[in-house]
Amino acid sequence: MGKTIAEKIFDAHLRDEPFSGTYVLDLDRVLCHEITTPVAIADLEWRGKDRVFDNTKIKAVIDHVTPAKDSKTALQGKMLRDWAHRHAIKDFFDVGHNGVCHALFPEKGYIRPGFTVIMGDSHTCTHGAFGAFAAGVGTTDLEVGILKGVCAFRKPNTIRINLTGTLAPGVYAKDVILYVIGQIGVNGATDRVIEFRGNIVDEMSMEARMTLSNMAIEAGGTSGICLPDMTTVDYLWPFIQNDYPSKEAACEDFRRWHSDEDAVYEKVLDFDVSTLEPMVTYGYKPDCVKPVGELAGARVDQVYIGTCTNGRIEDLRVAAAVLKGKKIAEHVRGIVSPATPKIFKDALKEGIIDIFMDAGFCVTNPTCGACLGMSNGVLAEGEVCASTSNRNFNGRMGKGGMVHLMSPATAAASAIAGVIADARKL
Amino acid sequence: MKKTFGGPAIFLDRSDINTDEIIPAKYLTEVTKEALKPYILEDLKLEGFDPKGQALKNARVLVTRENFGCGSSREHAPWVFEVNGIHTIIAQSYARIFRQNTFNGGMLAIELPKADIDRLFALSREGAVEIAVDLEGQTLKARAGGREETLRFEISPFDKALVQAGGWVEFADARY
Repeated sequence: MGKTIAEKIFDAHLRDEPFSGTYVLDLDRVLCHEITTPVAIADLEWRGKDRVFDNTKIKAVIDHVTPAKDSKTALQGKMLRDWAHRHAIKDFFDVGHNGVCHALFPEKGYIRPGFTVIMGDSHTCTHGAFGAFAAGVGTTDLEVGILKGVCAFRKPNTIRINLTGTLAPGVYAKDVILYVIGQIGVNGATDRVIEFRGNIVDEMSMEARMTLSNMAIEAGGTSGICLPDMTTVDYLWPFIQNDYPSKEAACEDFRRWHSDEDAVYEKVLDFDVSTLEPMVTYGYKPDCVKPVGELAGARVDQVYIGTCTNGRIEDLRVAAAVLKGKKIAEHVRGIVSPATPKIFKDALKEGIIDIFMDAGFCVTNPTCGACLGMSNGVLAEGEVCASTSNRNFNGRMGKGGMVHLMSPATAAASAIAGVIADARKL
Repeated sequence: MKKTFGGPAIFLDRSDINTDEIIPAKYLTEVTKEALKPYILEDLKLEGFDPKGQALKNARVLVTRENFGCGSSREHAPWVFEVNGIHTIIAQSYARIFRQNTFNGGMLAIELPKADIDRLFALSREGAVEIAVDLEGQTLKARAGGREETLRFEISPFDKALVQAGGWVEFADARY
């Protein structure tokens, strides 16, 4: 019987099966940020076990609230910073070098096909775009990961989602994943791995695949995996070129992780996305999704472009193409947060930052920012934000505020119109 | 630390209650579990539910519907229950990370079929519900208004071992 990519990764990393159906895996990466890690650090200290299993496999960043906004967030940053220094964690990213974890760590080449990755952050599933098994965990799993380099999972039952057809111009990975979540529901993949397949995924850039994988958790998925191919090799090449004689050799090596032809899936879902329209959420769950036309005209007070879903260079390029030579509506507060310093610099070089600023956007430093209402860009009661982020929960961006999720193109168009708008019709 | 289970129950009659509703992100700047205590379920809008009310203060058990704890991975969600004395959660289903976080902390996230959850909600309409948990025997006894329901529950051997060990750190430290 054949195996899925997730099953192959589990087999290659199995440390222990303490009970039937419980798989304790060795970890290749334990990623840390300043919100969920400090409590783990404090607990390890309290237990007299302030140790790390391998300081080269642990990567850390301050990204949620940076630079610190108050004494509490300053303390969180300090706890992570002191701990990273204490344990000589070389790959620690602080002010001036930091960015959104799920954009920064892939950009540094830390995630490879076949890896096991955990982080105390639900959007860790993003890294599945590289053909890794990457799962968001809580602080206790993170703590054990830091100390022992292991994490426990149930059998990785997999839902295969085949995305086929041709994406119409103006329709992006974000629209695809919003549509998929709308179809299967916020509970549709709970305790399951999603394997994204089909020509649509094959043709996507790594940035677009990360957008796709990023939102697997919004359908409850443990991880959202894409199979590694030449696109993956091209992205990782600067980091792996000494490991392989050629890109073809790297690609061939990555193929060993591919799901077998006769792999067993719990479910196979086929979506032809050829007629897909840009999608926008309404209400307070990410599966409440409609084509942009049905929500067009709804007023927005703020537009947010950035985050681990859509804050990468490709996203900024798409938004800038819509914004070029235009001004955003007078009543709209436009905020853009390039997800990493490299993205910020590339956007500067390409003139994208000029376009955003000329249109009337505020450009912030790389940070998670407004997405979860922890630092900047918080909404007042009754306000509405058109956002490229991944969650529209009640109060997410500020108590009493409402969020519509959409692609960078739709967000940019909505900023210009001052209401939800279809970028193709501007 | 080993937990105690059972006690007076509070009922939240909605599916997909997310971790932002359980503990809003703005409180994630706290670095101790105790500091979260006043903010339990602060953003949950549900008819008849008052996050500052006596019913929640008295509760030691929480009963709810499907996909409880979806959204963020924040362990602050089970912690805010822990520091408020709620160590037993009963639902039709959970988001994976929330369920694992709850067991990892040595607490109980009991899953029951829809029919059993419906029976508990029906019982709650007869008065205040008190629930006793027998982890060894894997049964619950729920009492209200002179009526009693006995329900059997399933729990994976791993999750049970975590609860008995007091949590995942204790379990993993002893074994790896």
